[in-house]
Amino acid sequence: MFNWLEKNLPKVVLAPAVGLISWFVYGFILWTCYISFTNSKILPKYELWGVGQYFKLWASRKWLIAVDNLLIFTALFLIICIILGIILAIFLDQKIRAEGVLRTIYLYPMALSFIVTGTAWKWILNPTLGIQKLFVDWGFENFTFDWLVNREMAIYTIVIAGVWQSAGFVMALFLAGLRSVEDEIVKAAKIDGANLFTVYWKILLPMMRPVFFTSFVILVHISIKSYDLIVALTQGGPGISTTMPALYMTQTAFHKSQVGLSAASAMMMFMAVAAVIIPYLYSELRRENVS
Amino acid sequence: MKTLRIENLSKNFGSTEVLKKINLDIDEGNFLVLLGPSGCGKSTLLNIIAGLETINEGKVYIDDYNVSKVEPKDRNIAMVFQSYALYPSMNVRENMIFGLKQAKTSKEKIEEQLKKVSSFLKVDELLHRKPSQLSGGQRQRVAIGRALVREPRIFLFDEPLSNLDAKLRVEMRREIKKLHQTLKTTVVYVTHDQTEAMSLGTKIAIMNHGVIQQNDTPENIYNKPNNTFVADFIGSPSMNLIEGRLIQNSDKISFVAEGSEKSTQIPVDNYNFKSSTNLNDKQIYFGIRPEHIHFKKLNENDFEVNFKANLSEYIGHEQIITFNFSNQEILAKFPSTINIELNKDMKLYFDLSQISIFDKTSKERI
Amino acid sequence: MSVNINTSYKQLEQKSKITNLMLRWFLYFVLILFASYFIFPLYVMIVTSLKTMEEIRQGTLLTWPSQLNFESWGVAWGGRGYGAGDTFLRPYFWNSIKMVVPAVFFSTFIGAMSGYVLTKWRFKGDKWVFLFLLFGCFIPYQAILLPMARTLGVLGISNSIIGLVVVHSVYGIPFTTLFFRNYYVSIPNELVKAARIDGAGFFKIFFKILLPISAPIIVVTVIWQFTQIWNDFLFGSTFSFGEAAPIQVALNNMVLSSTSVKEYNVDMASAIIAGIPTLIVYVLAGKYFIRGLTSGAVKG
Repeated sequence: MFNWLEKNLPKVVLAPAVGLISWFVYGFILWTCYISFTNSKILPKYELWGVGQYFKLWASRKWLIAVDNLLIFTALFLIICIILGIILAIFLDQKIRAEGVLRTIYLYPMALSFIVTGTAWKWILNPTLGIQKLFVDWGFENFTFDWLVNREMAIYTIVIAGVWQSAGFVMALFLAGLRSVEDEIVKAAKIDGANLFTVYWKILLPMMRPVFFTSFVILVHISIKSYDLIVALTQGGPGISTTMPALYMTQTAFHKSQVGLSAASAMMMFMAVAAVIIPYLYSELRRENVS
Repeated sequence: MKTLRIENLSKNFGSTEVLKKINLDIDEGNFLVLLGPSGCGKSTLLNIIAGLETINEGKVYIDDYNVSKVEPKDRNIAMVFQSYALYPSMNVRENMIFGLKQAKTSKEKIEEQLKKVSSFLKVDELLHRKPSQLSGGQRQRVAIGRALVREPRIFLFDEPLSNLDAKLRVEMRREIKKLHQTLKTTVVYVTHDQTEAMSLGTKIAIMNHGVIQQNDTPENIYNKPNNTFVADFIGSPSMNLIEGRLIQNSDKISFVAEGSEKSTQIPVDNYNFKSSTNLNDKQIYFGIRPEHIHFKKLNENDFEVNFKANLSEYIGHEQIITFNFSNQEILAKFPSTINIELNKDMKLYFDLSQISIFDKTSKERI
Repeated sequence: MSVNINTSYKQLEQKSKITNLMLRWFLYFVLILFASYFIFPLYVMIVTSLKTMEEIRQGTLLTWPSQLNFESWGVAWGGRGYGAGDTFLRPYFWNSIKMVVPAVFFSTFIGAMSGYVLTKWRFKGDKWVFLFLLFGCFIPYQAILLPMARTLGVLGISNSIIGLVVVHSVYGIPFTTLFFRNYYVSIPNELVKAARIDGAGFFKIFFKILLPISAPIIVVTVIWQFTQIWNDFLFGSTFSFGEAAPIQVALNNMVLSSTSVKEYNVDMASAIIAGIPTLIVYVLAGKYFIRGLTSGAVKG
């Protein structure tokens, strides 16, 4: 017995982690998956009910709005964060005087919670005393900025706050990527007569392909899971115009007591994340094997 | 007109002086090697010639034009880097023509150059590969090709062989030599490897602590080192520097090693002193290379000395013997066919036509 | 000819000087522009928290307070002193501390041990085990909310700080394992081999050899876990309410409960209080914070 323990000590030590993750991650996901095929209401029921919840989900106007919002938000959030992140990283890479200070400023929102971010932006964007008043007081009498309470535009306020929170992070990723490029490559390009633009556009950015990939995965992941920011900024409103899948899921489960339907929406989210993550993990693992 | 001329060049990084008042020039078609230990400033000097580093003081001329503040691309130079610095996202072809494209060279001219250089370097089969799919030697060739297609006035090489394994390094060294012989281009080449420097350079500039110690032909560097640094840096094993003093009476000058009796005087009359006054009692280093200590008297300049061998290192075609000479360690190199008994008195011969003498305080050749 | 080339070199020199200068100005302009976008909300938060409601209504977001008024900070932290309906952050701030400290400790410890085994005591299939654990970094937590709520209920620790400690400890393991594995991979195996030849066993090697050189990664992991757990809202709001809520939930409740007139200055003071611990960590240990981010920021 003692011999066995000694021989298998490493595995024994690893067991709690594996056990906990098996149960709390894989077991729970399977449970959620199972429940999504039942007609559970306030309490889980265990007799199978087929794919009814999924039909119900995709027939729900609120879910469709949530998916629409997710697509709009993801697209904008992704594009703006990456473009902004790249620009800031490239600019910061030019032997800038106050680089440390600027980098700190660009990245500090990442240290704040989405609730704090949402609270701050909610105040800034509020149509009576916020930005609108600032511009009116500056002399733009007819300036209106009511996106926060406008059904059509409210989703874009979430983009503004989301970008504010995450763009610095993309900047950090790209800056680290650019810094890891061998000096000599840039020197060679300079001797070859490439101007700064060409150096970045033709040589360095193509080398950043893995960073693009990583940023893409992380940002999509953030956006699919975005919940706190919406709760703090719009609570899904006005009306249900800024509902997103994560919000839909919790509301359906805990306010509407539609556990089965909620589980179905959670599974949809899970599948969306998996579709992005599995290829990512696969390629990362392959890269690690190669090197 | 010198192809490259450097005048009073100084460079500091913050408060550290990396280069101190460097003066250097190269004639058309020469192969200048900058040789020195790491941190001696040789790479910085090369980067300054390329225009990749700014200058604190002094000037750089290419073909008599002051290029000190000219951008690298306008200097008409090309550079081969230690890491090859091939653009990973471009294939070999794109890598090689990138510079020409930036210079808005016509399509026909680009194709012509590419064809010429790639067949010359035997990389024409590789044109569509990415750098990651090339071997070390192939990458090296492509890097050289990228420099060649631009037909620059000066080629700069920054330790181009140090990333290759030993065998390939010897091979590529010969290829670079051939290249220079065929193309007769002007080259500045940085290395810390003395064999590379000796075999490639038509001139070698030895650097230490940001100062050029000696800029000369390989033969002079080897035979007439300017100071003890050069004497010690070049040659393997390096030159024996025996401490002692000179004795001058009437027209005779001789050397007495420290700790030896006055009777063992080594006559140095035939040494070409820069000035032969005031030599008496001068503290010096008596320099002699291990290969200039002979086992037999070979010529009339050979002078007989008594030794005791302490240690023998067999290295194949030859052996290195450590001797004790009046309590100083001296190394000598013999063919391994000679049988040497350790801890036994024996006679050896100094070839006095090959010695160097340095002042003990200034460390300069006298 | 020579004159010609010399002047052209002069021109080149001039030209590159001017374009360089213009480029520099443009660079700084853009960088500062974006810096102001990022700093703007923080400035607004601070300024607003220091104004009276009267001043807020009269001025704009940017106006500096006529006098620094810390009253709203007091209200946000300690309330007004009347009984019912007086919500303030102090108790929830301590809730968060009581939740964060053990959760960070447990998850870091388990992650360190797992990372150690996965790199220094390799076995067949260890890569798959790592992948198995790593996947936990990426799941959307919505997929485990419902069973987690049930489990906490069955265990009798729903709506309690202990419950949140369990949740955060468990879901931190994939990240902490990732951090420690990646760190220990870079430490030469010869170190472990040498220790084994010297007769050290499994735990001795970990505690005497690896742990003493793990300071950097421990800092990264602790900072990462601290930030994540402190800033969490999803678990906090789902598994706790009322008195057991952590600070982010309390902040959100305070801001949303619009019983009377909205007090933006108190809201902003509360937001700053909720954000200050992580901000301090970021400012003091930014390097480690960023290192954690770049290697583990897959969590939303």
